[in-house]
Amino acid sequence: MPRTFKILRFDPEADAAPYFQEFIHEPRASDSILDALKEIRDEQDPTLAFRYSCREAVCGSCGMVINGEIALACRKQVDAIASDEIVVEPLPNLHLLKDLIVDMTPFWDAYERVEPYLQPEGSVPEKGHRIEEEKMEQVFQYITCILCACCYASCPVVSRDERYVGPAALAKLHRFITDPRDKRTWESLKKMDDPTGAWGCDTVFRCNQVCPKEVEPADGIEGVRRRLVAERVKRIARLKK
Amino acid sequence: MVSHDLLIVGGGLAGLAAALSADPKLDVAVVSKVHPIRSHSVAAQGGINAALANNPKAKDDTWQKHAYDTIKGSDFLADQDSAELLCQEAIPAMYELDHWGMPFSRFPGGVIAQRPFGGAGYPRTCYAADRTGQVLLHTLYEQCVRKKITFYNEWLVTGLVVRDGVCLGLVAYDLNTGKIQPMKARAVVFGTGGYGRVYKLSTNAYINLGSGIGMAYRAGVAIKDLEFVQFHPTSLIGKNILITEAARGEGGYLVNNQGRRFMEDYAPKAMELAPRDITSRAIQMEINKGNGFNDQYVHLDLRHLGREKIHKLLPGIQEVCIHFGGFDPVDKPIPIQPAQHYSMGGIDVDNAGASSIAGFFAAGECACVSVHGANRLGGNSLLDGVVFGKLAGRAASAYIKGSSGKTNADQALTADSEAYVAKVKELRSREKGENVYKLLNDLKELMSENVGIYRKQRPLEVALEGIKALREGYKEVGLHGASDRYSQELITLIEFDYMLDIAEVIVLGALTRTETRGSHYRTDFPVRNDDDWLKHTLMSWTDKGPKISYRPVVIDKYKLEARKY
Repeated sequence: MPRTFKILRFDPEADAAPYFQEFIHEPRASDSILDALKEIRDEQDPTLAFRYSCREAVCGSCGMVINGEIALACRKQVDAIASDEIVVEPLPNLHLLKDLIVDMTPFWDAYERVEPYLQPEGSVPEKGHRIEEEKMEQVFQYITCILCACCYASCPVVSRDERYVGPAALAKLHRFITDPRDKRTWESLKKMDDPTGAWGCDTVFRCNQVCPKEVEPADGIEGVRRRLVAERVKRIARLKK
Repeated sequence: MVSHDLLIVGGGLAGLAAALSADPKLDVAVVSKVHPIRSHSVAAQGGINAALANNPKAKDDTWQKHAYDTIKGSDFLADQDSAELLCQEAIPAMYELDHWGMPFSRFPGGVIAQRPFGGAGYPRTCYAADRTGQVLLHTLYEQCVRKKITFYNEWLVTGLVVRDGVCLGLVAYDLNTGKIQPMKARAVVFGTGGYGRVYKLSTNAYINLGSGIGMAYRAGVAIKDLEFVQFHPTSLIGKNILITEAARGEGGYLVNNQGRRFMEDYAPKAMELAPRDITSRAIQMEINKGNGFNDQYVHLDLRHLGREKIHKLLPGIQEVCIHFGGFDPVDKPIPIQPAQHYSMGGIDVDNAGASSIAGFFAAGECACVSVHGANRLGGNSLLDGVVFGKLAGRAASAYIKGSSGKTNADQALTADSEAYVAKVKELRSREKGENVYKLLNDLKELMSENVGIYRKQRPLEVALEGIKALREGYKEVGLHGASDRYSQELITLIEFDYMLDIAEVIVLGALTRTETRGSHYRTDFPVRNDDDWLKHTLMSWTDKGPKISYRPVVIDKYKLEARKY
């Protein structure tokens, strides 16, 4: 059946403010919202701008708001939407650049702040590191994160204070501190030991609700907090000696 | 003018591996049309090959056996010295990745886990569940963050700048500002990936338009073996999303509409783990014979593996089936059909990634060394990206240190950039011009229809004629809208021009090669012909069309044999 797609449009060089444009389009049965957007672009308006790449929910490009719900456009199937009208808007909490494209810079800056890379000791061990299966699998929940920023866009703390690093970055940090190979120091960890880091979270779990990959970033934030407390206790104990 | 010692184009595995191996004393930058972790490497699932001999069933595995499997898999078109280099370098590469944080799945005892894959004599595919490409790309990107590599994200390169056989840099379109500008470099490495979206049915990301290969071709580098297009046996019907070979490596069955494991008719020993060319042909043959479902697909059945094994080893596949197919592979077989997946051919380079243009290097899927020959083995593409990306980064660094500063580079760069700006202006002047997306969709239909798994002369000629007509159509296309910022239409206009070249080279190569080898199956020439065709196809751009030449295959150790599995 034909649907009405109400898509947010904005070209800063031509428009004073964003507005909604309506397109009538009949998607195929197997179409995702991303496919429908591409068909609208190909057939009706070649200027429509949105990000995409893999179309299979692993690249993290196409996070947007679909009928009020934050989702990956490629994974949201048109058939799963009952209403005739489908409203498509860009991710909130990030500055709008054009149509459905937002400026991801604050998200990537936050990601870099947690030092999102393994910090092992020494050089490459001959035959690699030995890690027990169960230990390695502890990080698997977090490595499924595709950095789509759906959690960042949904986070009420980010929306009121852009200095907060947000859920994805903290979940990434937790991925590393649970990795047996990682030997990062307090110097690195303490960067998240303040209200713009792990203590900023309001624990309202919006991030867990919107995450399309079941990462449950709030678990990671809790994990980082536990580690920070343990480190502090260790340091106090050391000072007393 | 933007200027760096080394510019790397492409933020996938090959590009990032090159950036990480480049001499740290050099000023290095990566140019990528998407944020690096959005690159198509992220979609690889099943694993990466290295003869670590960790699997209890692979205690006597060696890199030489890995090389033999790769060469046999290639239908003997791989250069044997290159395949050996790939397989030898694979082993230290895994340990380096592990040290960089790659979260490989583990075996008891803590060593990197390894699973069976198609065409391999031993289980030697290292993996992280079935998200290997994703976590590998993230791991390399993390290392780039650690090393503070400079990135130009969402910049699309429009062409190489070359004078007198020397690469001086490139011209690029900055999506965010909409500006086209020159970028100067003493050397350039391409890791721009494949051209999968020349086809309609492809497992590839929508962004894989393959313009990098076309840019090298136009700049004067030969394109090698482009007629060899890999069709992956198992893509989810309707979406053509990849269903990893690991699904069969872990024990999945291919079943036709009579409930029979039909691979016993095609590869009685290897069964479902025959190489991809053989398996794809078998599936297509079953569908053609009426043994498929709805004349479109067969079943990949995982149900006997059980919920626990599927959830632990193939969670990504389970997720794809649930969210994109609407069923759980624990309860139902997966409806699959073959789809375009990978390009064995590409930019002609040597073992160091060097091309015929001084200062221009390439690695990964856009390049052809050749290690994959006429058919790539599963688990060897991530490896190709990691190993040859690294070697190209090193070779480009060495080249820069040995080269003197170039004169007149600025003038040439500015001239090429201005020429491209003029081209875009002209496109925009045709406001009522033809819609480029229509042409792109026509090209995809044409290629999937006529240049698929089974090929023969007449359909290939039809494709060639169709490409000529599309080239005429391209002269009429226009650019719409008020601004060049984030104009996907402009991106498509830039890339489509090169896609026409790529399609032409694929089809001409397929038409000319009157034999069957690996992925290239000619129903009118159904046998391998080593006397006439044991050689690489090279195509060079001329204003009158592609010029064809040939080069012998390096065969120094492993003897030719019939390919039976």
